Amino acid sequence: MAKMESTFANMVLVLTAIALISALLLGFTHLQTAERIAENRAARQRAALEVVLPEFDNDPMEEAYEIESIERLLFHPATFEDEPIGLAIRTYSRQAYGGELQLMVGFSPDGIITGVQVLQHSETPGLGDAITRDRFLKQFRDIDPREFDLRASVDNGDIDTITAATISTRAVADAIRRAVDAFEKVEGAQ
Amino acid sequence: MADGLSFKNEITKGLFRENPVFAMLLGMCPVLGVTSTAINGIGMGVASSAVLLSSNVVVALIRDLIPEKVRIPAYIVVIASFVTVVDLTMAAYLPELHESLGLFIPLIVVNCLILGRAEAFASRNILASSVIDAVTMGVGFTVALAMLGAVREVLGSGSLFGLAFVHEDATTMLLFIMPPGAFIALGFLIAGVNTGVRKARAVAAAARARAVSAEPAAEGVR
Repeated sequence: MAKMESTFANMVLVLTAIALISALLLGFTHLQTAERIAENRAARQRAALEVVLPEFDNDPMEEAYEIESIERLLFHPATFEDEPIGLAIRTYSRQAYGGELQLMVGFSPDGIITGVQVLQHSETPGLGDAITRDRFLKQFRDIDPREFDLRASVDNGDIDTITAATISTRAVADAIRRAVDAFEKVEGAQ
Repeated sequence: MADGLSFKNEITKGLFRENPVFAMLLGMCPVLGVTSTAINGIGMGVASSAVLLSSNVVVALIRDLIPEKVRIPAYIVVIASFVTVVDLTMAAYLPELHESLGLFIPLIVVNCLILGRAEAFASRNILASSVIDAVTMGVGFTVALAMLGAVREVLGSGSLFGLAFVHEDATTMLLFIMPPGAFIALGFLIAGVNTGVRKARAVAAAARARAVSAEPAAEGVR
């Protein structure tokens, strides 16, 4: 077969055809995968909710809400037999070593932090990514933010700083403090 | 005989002579970026190979329909589409691997290995040889990433394929899972592989020389 001439009409025609076929292929793939991708994302958040909150029997994912005055934080209320037993807050920090850090912080109704999980991070493998380990995160289990100084130990706070990952530790502290402030605002309003 | 020879030629081309990583140093960004574990290396290699195979097939099939002047944009659209398909499929069915490879999956689009094979091979050859080219180049790329990932994981994390063989608190050579360690490990791997290839080639050349010197004698008898 002869090679297609590089005339203007030919070039437009061929590129348009390739783009159209590609768009069809992508649309089809999206339809096939969108549901599973959404499920995977929800499963990860649900798993984090189960770790940071006491046992609940509602769907904190479904009942999540935002508050206008507090940007980008998402609130997941948890109830057990219709009694409120906690609130999980999806929070973030932009002071991380790489990209944005996202955490899920669980609170009991009286403001005690019940647990912290990392949802998303881009910290250095082997150094900063130690913030996802239980050895680091367990220090945030059942602490009272009114007594516990939520700053890294290198800043004279109460958080055990990870060696060689001071910035990542500070980012976690920053994100948790943001959640604590939001929790106080939400509870104070009620 | 000639076919058998060129087939063998094609195989050794992707694996050794023109290995994308060890011989041509193509696609260094994912090579250095994601190979902190063997699994990541294999995952990246397989994802890139899938894109490479699909784009080589399509480019070989439509090469006569693409006007010369717009061939690069046409190839890039084809490659970018397959990358997105692989990206979405991995996000749906291999969420953990997809997470650890992160931004490097979309970046397969700009891996010069893939555009390079489309431009230098698939656009000039028939479908069958383009498929063989993609498979051997893909295997060569995957093997190289797996080797680098394994070396870095063993030295840097004290584990292989996620199975730790040192205590959780043990001090490992963290350098090797960070970017400088990637360069150091890659340098030693390239040196080692190329020394091996050179030795093998010297042995093959010696065998050929013997065969040539034996030929005139055989003709003399006739």
